[in-house]
Amino acid sequence: MLVYVVRRSIQAVLVLFVMSIIVFVGVYAIGNPIDILINPQADQQEREHAIAALGLDRPMWVQYAAFLSGALHGDLGRSFVHSTSALGLILERMPATLELALAAMLIAIALGIPLGLWAGLKPNSVAGRSIMAGSILGFSLPTFWVGLMLIMVFSVMLGWLPSNGRGPTTQFLGMQVSFLSLEGWRHLVMPAVNLALFKLALLIRLTRAGTREALTQDYVRFARAKGLTNVRVIGVHVLRNILIPIVTIIGLEFGSVIAFAIVTETVFAWPGMRKLLIDSINLLDRPVIVAYLLVIVTLFIFINLVVDVLYSALDPRVRLSEAKG
Amino acid sequence: MAREESPSWRLLSDFAADPFAVVGLFLLLLILLVALAAPLISPQNPYDLAQLDIMDSRLPPGSRSASGTIFWLGTDDQGRDMLSAIFYGLRISLVVGVTSTLLALALGLALGLIAAYLGGRSEALIMRIADIQLSFPAILIALILLAVLGQGTLKIIAALVTVQWAYYARTVRSAALVEKRKEYVEAARGLALSPSRIVFRHILPNCLPPLIVVATVQVAAAIALEATLSFLGLGLPITEPSLGLLIANGYQYLLSGKYWISFFPGVALLLAIVSINLVGDRLRDTLNPHFRQ
Repeated sequence: MLVYVVRRSIQAVLVLFVMSIIVFVGVYAIGNPIDILINPQADQQEREHAIAALGLDRPMWVQYAAFLSGALHGDLGRSFVHSTSALGLILERMPATLELALAAMLIAIALGIPLGLWAGLKPNSVAGRSIMAGSILGFSLPTFWVGLMLIMVFSVMLGWLPSNGRGPTTQFLGMQVSFLSLEGWRHLVMPAVNLALFKLALLIRLTRAGTREALTQDYVRFARAKGLTNVRVIGVHVLRNILIPIVTIIGLEFGSVIAFAIVTETVFAWPGMRKLLIDSINLLDRPVIVAYLLVIVTLFIFINLVVDVLYSALDPRVRLSEAKG
Repeated sequence: MAREESPSWRLLSDFAADPFAVVGLFLLLLILLVALAAPLISPQNPYDLAQLDIMDSRLPPGSRSASGTIFWLGTDDQGRDMLSAIFYGLRISLVVGVTSTLLALALGLALGLIAAYLGGRSEALIMRIADIQLSFPAILIALILLAVLGQGTLKIIAALVTVQWAYYARTVRSAALVEKRKEYVEAARGLALSPSRIVFRHILPNCLPPLIVVATVQVAAAIALEATLSFLGLGLPITEPSLGLLIANGYQYLLSGKYWISFFPGVALLLAIVSINLVGDRLRDTLNPHFRQ
């Protein structure tokens, strides 16, 4: 098991290295930030001075080497616009986005797996059919429009929930969070539900398909023949086997939830990473764009790693084939 | 069964077995018809500023204009009839969605077939790029591309194509790899047919069913993504509003209770996406031999 984790970690570092080159070259190939950052009336000398100060006169591979050595020391460059650490800017905004994404994922898991299981166990019942029809709706509803309609119903018409922002935050483990106060919850619930809908539909469909397939397998028939209770057959035998693809998808989708939070954050004016990314794209603030993308990539790679390790814990066959290979 | 059935007839009757899918298909045909005939059936040309009256702005659904016409779905902040704006917006959304899907399909198809048929380095290169791209959410890629390219109809189509091609490349490659090993391909090789003839006339037609399913669902995804990008202000120009832009336009009036500017374009968008998804879902079941009785 340890060998497996170590080998996967080395692989992850390699992928991260390759991705850092791609992101760096990709972002540095676009536009010229000097045109946006510097006063158009500046003379040639001032221009050259600014270019040199930002290090833009050096060849790209030298810039990359400087970036890489900084990155290894936890420094992803300084923002051209804010003149502060790019990583710092991102980490400052990250808790809000992460909290929203986590809340959305938890809602999707807490509702999606039971509903999918139900629809899979009774595929032809009224409830089963309604759940599936609902999931098609969940897939089809555009996230931003649902957000607007939630605001319309719960903020404008009923006046129950606030329509924007994060409300008062509480200090928790060095981060500002909303979920520790009632007022925070009132701000969090609508954006989180909005962000959760798409993943909820996905989890329902996945769990249902897995359940239906598992029910026809020999091991379920055998468990039934042993006289195990229905609860045990479904809770242990069926659930454990369908959990493998579900864990994978939950892991992989978490990254996409963070990306889609851009939309939800716009609708609900949630103070997360969205504004930072869109501003830096518009101002060609390269260090922040690169740092943002690399933080997201690192997150993705880390999630993939965790999913793979969980996988081998859930399914001994994966571990065995890895040990042999 | 003794009666002879042609494949297309069997497909059709298979498809019709699900009432939801039939409803979806009719809805989809209706939406296509409305989008095609928008200039003929709209009460007003929403792009012709001469026809707009600022006095008619933000009227609730069902109210009468100064000149006596009824705005069934209300008007927006420029006095534009929402029903007409939706008809025209539907047209733009569908054109962008379908065009980008067809282009992405052509690109993905070509690259996927090349990868499957040639194998080796070109396969490794193409599929590696597709893998890396698919590991990032579509919206993130589209957002960055649009930020770099700027706004405009062609640019958003380019972004949607870039986001989508990898799905087709993957689907067609996996289907083609299976087909490649079958005996009819070996027979075609034995007849010394040219590689392009084998790929396009023999392998390609057999890879089409899964591609059709992916393409149907992707049209819906493309329409939704375009609407989302337009909503974020990175999509189509304001002169020709798609449904997403109409919704974004109504966002600022939502808090004062003027729901109709955002609500009705959203309903139109929803109906378009749901009908496409219903048809795509059923196509998956009818075209997949595993589900056939």
